[in-house]
Amino acid sequence: MSSTAPTTAADEFADKASTMQKVQSSLHRYPWLSPLFVLALLLVIFGVLGLVMGVGDLENFFKPGTISLMLQQTVIVGTLAIAQTIVILTAGIDLSIGAIMVFAQMFMANLAVYTTASNVTFMAGQNPVLAVFIGLIVATLAGGLNGFLIVRFNLPPFIVTLGTLSIFTALTLILFKARTIQGKEMPDFMLLMSTKFELGPLTFTLGLIVMLLLYVLFAYILRGTAWGTHVYAVGDDPVAAELSGINVKRVLFSVYVVAGVVIGVAAWITIGRTAAASPNVAPEINLETITAVVIGGTSLFGGRGRLLGTLLGTFIIVVLDFGLSLAGLDQAYRVLAIGVLVIAAVAVDQWIRKVKA
Amino acid sequence: MTATTTTQPIVQAKDLSKSFGRVVGLADCSFELYPGEVLAVVGDNGAGKSTLIKCLSGALSPDSGEMYIDGEAVTFKSTNDSRAKGVETVYQTLAVAPVLDISENLYLGREIRKKGILGKVFRSLDKKKMRAEATQSLNDLGVLTVQSITQSVETLSGGQRQAVAVARAGAFGSKVVILDEPTAALGVNESARVLKLIKDLRERGMSIILISHNMPQVFDVADRIHVQRLGRRAAVVTPQSHQMNEVVAIMTGAMTVPEAEQQLTPVR
Repeated sequence: MSSTAPTTAADEFADKASTMQKVQSSLHRYPWLSPLFVLALLLVIFGVLGLVMGVGDLENFFKPGTISLMLQQTVIVGTLAIAQTIVILTAGIDLSIGAIMVFAQMFMANLAVYTTASNVTFMAGQNPVLAVFIGLIVATLAGGLNGFLIVRFNLPPFIVTLGTLSIFTALTLILFKARTIQGKEMPDFMLLMSTKFELGPLTFTLGLIVMLLLYVLFAYILRGTAWGTHVYAVGDDPVAAELSGINVKRVLFSVYVVAGVVIGVAAWITIGRTAAASPNVAPEINLETITAVVIGGTSLFGGRGRLLGTLLGTFIIVVLDFGLSLAGLDQAYRVLAIGVLVIAAVAVDQWIRKVKA
Repeated sequence: MTATTTTQPIVQAKDLSKSFGRVVGLADCSFELYPGEVLAVVGDNGAGKSTLIKCLSGALSPDSGEMYIDGEAVTFKSTNDSRAKGVETVYQTLAVAPVLDISENLYLGREIRKKGILGKVFRSLDKKKMRAEATQSLNDLGVLTVQSITQSVETLSGGQRQAVAVARAGAFGSKVVILDEPTAALGVNESARVLKLIKDLRERGMSIILISHNMPQVFDVADRIHVQRLGRRAAVVTPQSHQMNEVVAIMTGAMTVPEAEQQLTPVR
C-alpha cells in the first residue's frame, strides 16, 4: 500500500482520513474483517461469561466436545451458503436453495432404498453411488432451470427462485409422499459424509472436511480464475461487463448451474449430518444461508464480498446458537440476535459502499 | 509520425442505413477514417452520431450499407467482432467494473492464464503478468499517477477512470480507438489530461474517432471534423478551413459546404 508518488488521490485521502475513514477503507478492501471482529467478540464474551463469571453451562463452551459439535453443526448452512454467496455476488438471490437441497436428498435416498411409500418405487433400489450421482445431476438441473428462466426470460432471480421454491417443495411431496427415510434404512454409502475421525482433541466428520475443501476450491475459483472475475464484474455492473466483451447471460446461467452442483453436494452432506432424508429438514435454511452471506460482509447489491466472510458468517450463527443456549437463554434470543446482526451487516455494507477517492 | 502516403481509409463505411421503427438513425451515411488521424464526429442530438458509432463498433447492425476495415469488407455481430479487427471503443458510460482493480479491469474479458497445467487445467490467472503489463501500458500512456495497480477502480477519480478506460482501449494492439464523449463528465484539468492522452495515442500511430459536443476540444485535437446531420454526413472540414461557428452552422443546416471545399482526403 505504500507509495512514493507525491500527491495521488489516495494519498490526499490518507492524509485527511480520520480513524473512522480508515476503518471504512479497510473494511472496503477486506470485507471479511467485520464478521471476523464479530466472531472474535462473541468468543471473548462467551469466554468471559463462561470461564470467569460461570454463567449457566457456558464453561463447557470451549471444551473440545462442544467445539467439535459446533463445527459439525456448520456443514448444512455452510455448504449451501457457498452457493448462495456466488449467486448474491451477481446481485441475484436464491430462495430455492433449501427446496432444491431437500428435493435432491429425497431423490438420492428414495433411489437408494426399497420403499413402498414413494411414487418412484419403480426406480428404487439403485446402487447408492448411482443414487448419489443422480441426486447431484438432479440438483444441477434444478439450478440450471433457475438460470434458464432468469437468463432466457429476463425474470428477476427473486421471483424465479420464489417460484421454484414452491415447485420443488411440492415435487418433493408429490413424488416422495413426505416420508422420512431413516439412516438405518439406507446403505452405508449414503451416510458416508457422517464418517467421524479424531484430529487432536477434536472430532471431525467427512462432511465438514468436504465443506472446507469446497470453500478452498471456490475461494480459488472466485479470485483466481477469469470466470470468478467475471462473476464479480457481472454483479458489479452488468452493462460494463457486457461492453467489456463478457457474455453476461452465459456467466449468470453458469452461476446458477454451479450453485446447483454445490446444493447437490450439500444434499448428500445433509443426509449424513441428520442421519435421515426428511422433507422437513432445516425449514429455515434459505434465510440462514442468506443471513450467513450477509453477516459475512457480502453485499446484496452484488460484486462485493468474499467467501471467507461467508464461512465466518456461518460460524457466527452457530456460535451464537450454542453460546446462548449454553447460557440458558431461550432460543428466541438467538433469533433476536441474528436479526440485529443482519440489519447491522447491511447498514455497514451501505456505509462501506460510500468509500470514494 | 506514422502518417502514410496511402489513401486507403482504415475504417470506411458506404451508404449505411439504420432505422428504429419509423425513426431514421442513419440514411445512406458515408464515413472514412484515415490511418494516424483524429477524426472528430460532431452533430446535433439525433443527427445519428451514436448510431453511426454503434454500427462501427458492432453494438448495432446496420440495415444496409457496407463497412470496411483496411479495405476488407466486414460485418460486426457484436462488439467482440469489431474488437477482433482492432477497433476498440471507450463508452461514455465508462465500461469499467468499479469493484475490480485496475489490472483486472484492463484485462476484463481477455484475461491471461498461466502457462502449463496451472492455466490449462486449473484455469489459473497470471495476475503477476497482467499487473506488470497493465503497469507498462499505463506508463506508456503516462497516466500512472495511481497509487497501485491493485487499487480498485472505484477509489479513482473520474479522470483516472477515464484514463484506465482509454488505456484499455489502446493496450491490446488495437488500430482504431473510438471515444464517445470522453470528457463529458470531467473537470477542466481532467479533460486536458484526456485530450493529451488522445494526442499521445495518435503519436503512437493509432487512428482515433472522437465524438464530442465540445467545440473547443474538437478544434484542439481533431485533424478533420465529420459533421453529421439528419442521419447523413453533411460535410468533412478541418479546424483550419472552418471556424467553430461555421461548424455549428453546418450542424444546424444553416450552411452547406460544396464537396470541393471539404476535406475528404487525409491531412496527415
